Amino acid sequence: MTENENITNDPIIICEDVHKWFDDFHVLKGITTTFKKGERAVICGPSGSGKSTFIRTINRLEEHQRGTIIVDGIELSNDLRNINLIRQEVGMVFQQFNLFPHLTNIKNITLGPIQVRKMSKKAAEEAALALLERMDIADQAYKYPAEISGGQQQRVAIARALAMEPKIMLFDEPTSALDPEMISEVLDVMRELAHSGMTMLVVTHEMGFAREVADRIMFFDEGVVIEEAAPADFFDNPQHERTKLFISQTLQH
Amino acid sequence: MENLTFTQEVKPPDTKKGPVKWLKDNLFNTWYNTILTCLALVFLFFVFRGVLTWVFTQANWQVIPANLQIFSIGPYPLEQIWRVSYVIYGLAVLLGLSAGIWNGLTRQITVVIGCLGAIILLLPFATSIREQTLIATVILAVSFAIGRNKDNWKQWVVVGWVLSFPWTMMMLHGFGADTVSTTLWGGLLLTLILAAVGIVACFPLGVLLALGRRSQLPAIKWVSTVYIETVRGVPLIAILFMGNVLLPIFMAGDFQLDKVIRAMIALTLFSAAYMAENVRGGLQAIPQGQVEAAQAVGLTYPKATLFIVLPQALRAVIPAIVGQFISLFKDTSLVAIIGLLDLLGIGRSVLGNSEWTGLQAEVFLFIALIYFIFTYAMSHVSQKIEADLGVGKH
Ligand SMILES: Nc1ncnc2c1ncn2[C@@H]1O[C@H](COP(=O)(O)OP(=O)(O)OP(=O)(O)O)[C@@H](O)[C@H]1O
Ligand SMILES: [Mg+2]
Repeated sequence: MTENENITNDPIIICEDVHKWFDDFHVLKGITTTFKKGERAVICGPSGSGKSTFIRTINRLEEHQRGTIIVDGIELSNDLRNINLIRQEVGMVFQQFNLFPHLTNIKNITLGPIQVRKMSKKAAEEAALALLERMDIADQAYKYPAEISGGQQQRVAIARALAMEPKIMLFDEPTSALDPEMISEVLDVMRELAHSGMTMLVVTHEMGFAREVADRIMFFDEGVVIEEAAPADFFDNPQHERTKLFISQTLQH
Repeated sequence: MENLTFTQEVKPPDTKKGPVKWLKDNLFNTWYNTILTCLALVFLFFVFRGVLTWVFTQANWQVIPANLQIFSIGPYPLEQIWRVSYVIYGLAVLLGLSAGIWNGLTRQITVVIGCLGAIILLLPFATSIREQTLIATVILAVSFAIGRNKDNWKQWVVVGWVLSFPWTMMMLHGFGADTVSTTLWGGLLLTLILAAVGIVACFPLGVLLALGRRSQLPAIKWVSTVYIETVRGVPLIAILFMGNVLLPIFMAGDFQLDKVIRAMIALTLFSAAYMAENVRGGLQAIPQGQVEAAQAVGLTYPKATLFIVLPQALRAVIPAIVGQFISLFKDTSLVAIIGLLDLLGIGRSVLGNSEWTGLQAEVFLFIALIYFIFTYAMSHVSQKIEADLGVGKH
């Protein structure tokens, strides 16, 4: 693991006793944690443990019902203005890419900057092309999402999120829907992003990536964080039985 | 020895077929298909022989050219016909400019309309009609030339199209003392106005109702649902009658909407309910992930709806929407029941003239042909739009 020279001591996301129910089903059972500016956290755990739900509460795609979440100094409440402010600071990348199929790749990227950040069309397009260059797919700018490969689509999706110049990036299993040969091209981009100092919360089963990039690994099980540690401790010296089982299972693959 | 290349160019197998091969493969491929084909041909021969003999030898087509003006504009006074011409000239300007600015479909439509103008010029119509057609066609061509590559005129042309509706209505009606009451509007003119107003007005209303029916706010959801279900439960004729009879009773005092406006309102309100259900079908096809992705980049609900949800939802249901427009176009013929002289109504009044009694077949066939030409054009344009938008591809 390379040392993260970008991590600071300023908290950027503060979660206090966060609870979430789907009807009667208790999905998050009191999550308390703080993410620091520049920190790279990997979230893992078995299916259905609430990983997606947790990161989706951070940009309010899911509403939490108890506890507080403060993102970049703004508390998430029902106040729509606060929600929109936070969403501008938090980028998100989805497992299924969720690109807008009726827009070309470059329009997927410029929509947010133009409509939300009120950037001029020209400036937004220049920035988008620069981002696509950084993602190594500048030649795909004027194609539609359906005309490029899954790995390329996910990189467009990352560019779309980055175009808003967010302070935080959330990734929900960004490589799970990809064919094996495309996983590394997306992980490369995420690695580069990590080294640029971005605060990242990544739900993933890519343990190699976690070991290499993460400052901290959080292990979710049934809506609680049962173990969190730096990758070295997490992999080599897990404390809980569930964690040990999970690590032995994922490392087999 | 010669060098052998291992990768040889392989051409795709020739799958094209000549017409004879096609006939053989599709109509005469087995003995029973051959028999069926022959029987069908005999049947078609007898049917068409009857129809064609009637059309070319027995029918009295005199009634059509003699009443062409009545079919086109109904009882609209002749000395005011310049109003109709001006409306057409105005539309020709807009259409020409649009064809110049937007290429592709708009241009094709314009070329077709221009050709129609040229055909009318060649046919033996009255000189005044040919004169006005000539002016309109020239205006169309000139505006097309002017509009070419004027990209920055786009929003002005759109504004022009929006304003063309009130302008058309005011132009046809006239101001001050010199007015043409809507009771004198008729024929194809009235049919086209009713259809155009109905289509243009029911579309936004239908979209709003569809969004309302899916709203999180119970009041809006409830109102939209009740409206849609009520209107869909009532026949259009009943709504036309209600508009005609009840509306004047509800509207207190001297202010009365005229009959044509009431028919427009009834048609719009009726179609909007069906439009809403078509649009809702499209909305339901949009995956939740699309909305989430839009929200995640900070788009507000109205912007996410406008830029992400509606464009995808609408293009998914273009066939249903155009089908709705076509029904609306044909349904305008029901206004004859409340005493308006639309194309069908005017046809019946022509037949009421003792000079033309007994020519039902000729008149109704002619009217059917006109309806067919317009609806077929709509359906054709819709297929073109789908192809242009790449529906199903991205
Ligand atoms: N919209 C919803 N309505 C009801 N239940 C839901 C909803 N979304 C998620 N759940 C339930 O909440 C639990 C946690 O879901 P979540 O998606 O957060 O799990 P996860 O840890 O991300 O799992 P996976 O690894 O499969 O993605 C699951 O049992 C799921 O069935
Ligand atoms: Mg998940």
